[in-house]
Amino acid sequence: MTNPAPETAPVLPIAGDQPDYLHWTSGVSSWLFTRDHKRIAIMFYVAVISMLGLGGFFALALRTELLTPGRTIMDATTYNRLFTLHGVTMVWLFLIPSIPTVFGNFLVPIQIGARDLAFPRLNLASFYIYLLGALVTIGGMVAGGTDTGWTFYTPYSDQTPTRLVPVLVGIFILGISSILTGLNFIVTIHRLRAPGITWRNLPLFTWSIYATSLILVLATPVLGMALGLIGLDHGLGLGLFDPAVGGDPVLFQHIFWFYSHPAVYIMILPAMGVISEIVPTFSHRRPASYMAIVVSTIAIAFVGFLTWGHHMFVAGISELDAGFFGALSMFVAVFSAIKVFTWVMTLRRGSIRFNTPMLYFFAFLFLFVFGGMTGVAVATQSLDVHWHDTYFVVAHFHFIMVGGSLTGFLAAAYYWFPKMFGRMYDERVGMVGAAAVFVGFFVTFMPQFLLGNMGMPRRYYSYPAHFQWLHVLSTAGAFILGSALLLALGNLLVALVNGKRAIANPWHSRSFEWLTTSPPPKNNFGATPNLSYSPYDYSLTEEQARAQASSR
Amino acid sequence: MPKPLLGEQYSDLEQQDGALQFGMWVFLGSELLLFSALFALYASYRSMYPADFEQAIRHNTLVYGTANLYLLLTSSLCAALAVWAMRRGRPRLTLGLLATTIVMGLGFLVIKGAEYLVHIREGALPGRYYHWHELPSFGANRFYSLYWVMTGLHALHVTAGLCVLGWLSLRVMKGAYSVEHHAGLEMGTLYWHLVDIVWIFLWPLLYLS
Repeated sequence: MTNPAPETAPVLPIAGDQPDYLHWTSGVSSWLFTRDHKRIAIMFYVAVISMLGLGGFFALALRTELLTPGRTIMDATTYNRLFTLHGVTMVWLFLIPSIPTVFGNFLVPIQIGARDLAFPRLNLASFYIYLLGALVTIGGMVAGGTDTGWTFYTPYSDQTPTRLVPVLVGIFILGISSILTGLNFIVTIHRLRAPGITWRNLPLFTWSIYATSLILVLATPVLGMALGLIGLDHGLGLGLFDPAVGGDPVLFQHIFWFYSHPAVYIMILPAMGVISEIVPTFSHRRPASYMAIVVSTIAIAFVGFLTWGHHMFVAGISELDAGFFGALSMFVAVFSAIKVFTWVMTLRRGSIRFNTPMLYFFAFLFLFVFGGMTGVAVATQSLDVHWHDTYFVVAHFHFIMVGGSLTGFLAAAYYWFPKMFGRMYDERVGMVGAAAVFVGFFVTFMPQFLLGNMGMPRRYYSYPAHFQWLHVLSTAGAFILGSALLLALGNLLVALVNGKRAIANPWHSRSFEWLTTSPPPKNNFGATPNLSYSPYDYSLTEEQARAQASSR
Repeated sequence: MPKPLLGEQYSDLEQQDGALQFGMWVFLGSELLLFSALFALYASYRSMYPADFEQAIRHNTLVYGTANLYLLLTSSLCAALAVWAMRRGRPRLTLGLLATTIVMGLGFLVIKGAEYLVHIREGALPGRYYHWHELPSFGANRFYSLYWVMTGLHALHVTAGLCVLGWLSLRVMKGAYSVEHHAGLEMGTLYWHLVDIVWIFLWPLLYLS
């Protein structure tokens, strides 16, 4: 592996000199009807960032309302609709599609040396299906609105006077988009790898997208069925989960969480994949164990299917079931810890550079470990009985979803920005943004742990006066976080126009996507590269790696 | 023989055909999970209301379900033979077999429709609309709610499958497939086999007591 290609080997122009993907054609229709995975990724980028803005705006409205125990800016019904809208928007319109459809779409084909995904037209279709789903969901929310929370629990969802069906239809459509995206990645990663790439040197980000895709394909249909049935229950009085006619509401929870717990891993595994790329690059060192990261990725995807019952400890499942679900949930923590230790061990004796993506990694590390540890706590039955449906759980899952997934998303946005747009961002502003995101996040959600432990139930409109100072603190944090996100994303927008031109490999990474030009040409590489070495082999110099990739 | 278009992401047609078929298998896996949620619900409610389920199943007309089973199984055989005929370079035989498959699929829907009419007339309807006098129980209500959802979803799949088969027939008529390259034909018939397999499981659950 460490042997460079002999100097006499013919060197192919792997980067090529074709125009880059942003410029090879122009015009609105060349974007709207494109089949290029990179352009589709950019369209997804615009869409999911808009959804993040929307969901964030809802969050700020909610936090503003919670400044005072009584009415601040909205009535209770509006509040109930708004937290449902916040959850639905963030889960299905931002977090689930975020990293896979943007960075997965852009980078998986490049990381495996392919020219595109296996089914480019399907990829474009999945973008438009996503847009349609987003329109129906948000339209349904605005026109009728629903107040069940994003979990749609029966029997309340059978009876709610708000209009549930349009929202369910919208999420169902989004599910179709998810399945098609996952299917496309699975086939691409199996069938389109360049010569030399095996399952043993597949880049770790691609591995994480692969594991995520398996969950997308296998869990999403069950969500579709759960939502379909709840829609029939609500709209047509099917009564499948209605206790008034002998239905069992707990069965709905089983089916719902069979998707929605693995969905947590749909959100976090890609972020872990991003981190697994950033740590070796900025430590200039191969991961402490490539296999440990791969195995724990697949293990989390697998065990994730067997833990859904931990959402239902107080819903009336048997103690034996609860015991199994609790123990299996803790397995996820074991595999996550393996990853965390591997990343930390990779830092050891590495030559570390502190760029913005690396700063996000440190934020991720702290927040994810914090969120993970509280996850083990709530997976313990006796503790969960106390914390169930309180702000403690809210804080826990926001530590994973925002502290983990959103931080991972931002890390990816900064790390791959030069590759995607061919420009460098302002490092100082980037670092200030990363620090501010961390502080804002911590101030928002740390008080919520305390509130939850004191007994503040989630989704309540009002609360006793002595909780107020913690709520005010949390709201202040939310506004810091909101401004920090604007700063972080604004910095990238400015760089899009004003940034310095980026070279092919500004981070001196060995990962395969940095072999091609920034931004890449339409077909990603001039000629199919030969990628028979490890993407983390830092014993090769950049020139040696390039020669190896160009050799036949 | 015309050759299918090669997508620029593939290096040759073999790779493209393989990717298409593999994609279909992944999609079928996803479809199975869609039905599995219903099977899980069926198992739960049956264990909750065993006696009511027994009675409701005995009431269902076995002849309808079994006739449909034979129809679908035979149609699936025809679909498989259609691919076999294409491999032997006999596209007209393929076309005939596809047509037979379609006729049998339509026959399935006709029989299913007749059975639905019987259920509607006697009031064995799902949920709120259930008013069948012989079995006024929660359990029977749950059974018929599931019966309608499961067979309804399956019938939707049969309909989708028939559209796919119709489209395949048009493609065969246009001469789009050859002895070497007929990935589309294999994908479409694979989907039809899924429709068949699901019914193999629905039949004992809904008709055999």
